[in-house]
Amino acid sequence: MTQSSGLPLWEIFVRSRRGMSHIHVGSLHAADWEMAVQNARDLYTRRGEGVSIWAVAATEIHASDPDDKGPLFDPPADKVYRHPTFYEVPEDLKL
Amino acid sequence: MEQMVDDSLEDAFQHRIDAEVKIEPRDWMPERYRASLVRQIAQHAHSEIIGMQPEGNWITRAPSLRRKAILLAKVQDEAGHGLYLYSAAETLGVDREALVDMLQTGRQKYSSIFNYPTLSWADVGSIGWLVDGAAITNQLALTHTSYGPYARAMVKICREESFHQRQGFELLWHLSHGTEAQHEMAQESVNRWWWPSLMMFGPPDHSSPNSEQSMRWGIKRVSNDELRRRFVDMTVPQARALGVLLPDPELRWNESTGHHDFGPINWDEFHRVVGGDGPCNAERLTRRRRAHEEGEWVREAARSWATRHVPARIEAA
Ligand SMILES: [Fe+2]
Ligand SMILES: [Fe+2]
Repeated sequence: MTQSSGLPLWEIFVRSRRGMSHIHVGSLHAADWEMAVQNARDLYTRRGEGVSIWAVAATEIHASDPDDKGPLFDPPADKVYRHPTFYEVPEDLKL
Repeated sequence: MEQMVDDSLEDAFQHRIDAEVKIEPRDWMPERYRASLVRQIAQHAHSEIIGMQPEGNWITRAPSLRRKAILLAKVQDEAGHGLYLYSAAETLGVDREALVDMLQTGRQKYSSIFNYPTLSWADVGSIGWLVDGAAITNQLALTHTSYGPYARAMVKICREESFHQRQGFELLWHLSHGTEAQHEMAQESVNRWWWPSLMMFGPPDHSSPNSEQSMRWGIKRVSNDELRRRFVDMTVPQARALGVLLPDPELRWNESTGHHDFGPINWDEFHRVVGGDGPCNAERLTRRRRAHEEGEWVREAARSWATRHVPARIEAA
């Protein structure tokens, strides 16, 4: 059996319509970015799900460590004054 | 020590599952959870890929341009489903080519429904209505599965499946309401596909060994028997509207349970087909291998292009 791995993995992001951000939809293998975008069109936008595609080489993505969740994301939790509900204002005002 | 660390990690993992928090690719997970997901997602992907064959047989013989375009789009969707699922499996650290190899060497299975032949045009209708109908029932439940990428692939697939089922229903409706010969063709086809469709949900709960752990991990959310019951309840009124009979003399509404009762399923046949002795097992695998081998020059060209045009840091994965 021929081992035909060897094509880079690309993560695909699709903008569903103008005014929206690109959102991650999945991945695919392709020889280069052009082929990645073309394959992504066939694979992820068969029903007009998108108006723009990003293909990002999977090896180029740098992610935070899920185990860092505490130290990395905890600080905002005790800064409750960052939320509007922290403040008391007269109830009948639109504020 | 190692074991103790694993135990506490596993407890935390199970808590997360019980709290309906999704597991994402880089989270810690028990090796058995990972292995069981890889097996299930890969088999699901293989089913989509092999599933293109029975219907693909009829593309060149579709009776009208409209039907041909519909069938092409449907078969292309199934290819897409296979790819979404391989993509989800890869987030668990397996190589796609390794999975393809497992399929082609028979070490991983695919749904045995695709080992039945498509003998008439009406079978395209029966597959859409019954086989995709059963797949939707199963896949809707899987949109709540505990592994994030699998659940997201299911949501996307379910959105596309409803067209598959409706085109099948419509196809059969036209046959069923056509000439006597056409009606007969529809009925004969439904007769052949009904029982294998019920088998798609897998063995009964009491003899389904992996189910319990799978439910505990939130991979499987609804039991085989419950899914089968949902499918039967959904399908009976549709059959009535189609004007075809479901080939089960024991099928009837049960006032006290609020569900349909149905006759015994031939599990010997199921195990025989799963075990490789179905009408088309060899044919499906042979054809898959041949397609893969015939595509080798394309992959070869793409690889050679990649090594010359893609920066080395974007490693082949
Ligand atoms: Fe599918
Ligand atoms: Fe389908």
